Amino acid sequence: MAPVTPRLEWRAGRVVATRRETPRVRTLTLDVPGWPGHRAGQHVDLRLTAEDGYQAERSYSIASSPAAAQLELTVERLEDGEVSPYLTDVVREDDLIEIRGPIGGYFVWEPRSSRPLALIAGGSGVVPLMAILRQRAMHGAEITAPATLLYSARSADDLIYRTEMDRLAAADGAIRVAYTLTRSPPAVWTGYRRRIDEAMLRETLPPPATRPVVYVCGPTPMVESAASLLVQIGYPADDVRTERFGPTGGGSS
Amino acid sequence: MRAAEELVLDGNAAGGVLAQIFLPDMTTVASTCAGCGAEHPIGAALLYEGAGLVLRCADCSAVLLRVVVAPGRSFIELTGIRRLAVPTS
Repeated sequence: MAPVTPRLEWRAGRVVATRRETPRVRTLTLDVPGWPGHRAGQHVDLRLTAEDGYQAERSYSIASSPAAAQLELTVERLEDGEVSPYLTDVVREDDLIEIRGPIGGYFVWEPRSSRPLALIAGGSGVVPLMAILRQRAMHGAEITAPATLLYSARSADDLIYRTEMDRLAAADGAIRVAYTLTRSPPAVWTGYRRRIDEAMLRETLPPPATRPVVYVCGPTPMVESAASLLVQIGYPADDVRTERFGPTGGGSS
Repeated sequence: MRAAEELVLDGNAAGGVLAQIFLPDMTTVASTCAGCGAEHPIGAALLYEGAGLVLRCADCSAVLLRVVVAPGRSFIELTGIRRLAVPTS
């Protein structure tokens, strides 16, 4: 028997909390009756319906750990977007949003894996990787293999989840978080100050010989550049999973 | 960079639409490109969105599959897939 995906239905999720992450990014906490649970790395399709019946669908990565009681989506505002500005600036508690999911069996992490974990994020591509890191941190007692997140953003203000990441890294010696800022690093900044390059990958990630599973998520150029550098360094292509982050659904989100 | 290139996503993002048509989780199903013979999970294909969803081979860019969701029915073309390997347990 093939593993069968239950046919996905649209469900109404109620917004129970909103949290500003950065000036352009907000996290929505949703209560979704009948939600079947998810795996770290999966996403949902989200649908908005206008009063005249016009509908727009977009995909958003799930930010919360599978163990969390409620579903969290972290959304970045795209200036010319049809959907994201509504989610980052308009939606309020108690509003209903239609979602379909969880979706995707390719870009997911299994906590039973004993292999080291390497996460490479660009911008809001960090969201599904945060779900993985949160789940990894919860299993800290059972998993001793190192987990590293290399997170690239434009400026310090654009780093999402930074406080929580620093806390997770401080609490578990096997978890390491490295940041790089590509545009305007502050005067006092101990992280990297450039785009992700080969030297940075070599310095931060568990080496290829330790056979880490590697997840890369970010804008297409960043993902493609990082993925080819990783293969060049010696990580087998089959161990590198990529997810291009960007607008979906007819152009802009 | 052309705008069209900025909109490339992965087959993973098409998982919701494909789940309306196929029973298995298509993101993990390996497809063999009829053009170049490369085999990759559908989730790792390149996704272009326009009038419908177009999945292209990550190696040679040939069209693998096209889906148009219309009112009342969906149209699916498996133009460039030679074989689908569906995981069984």
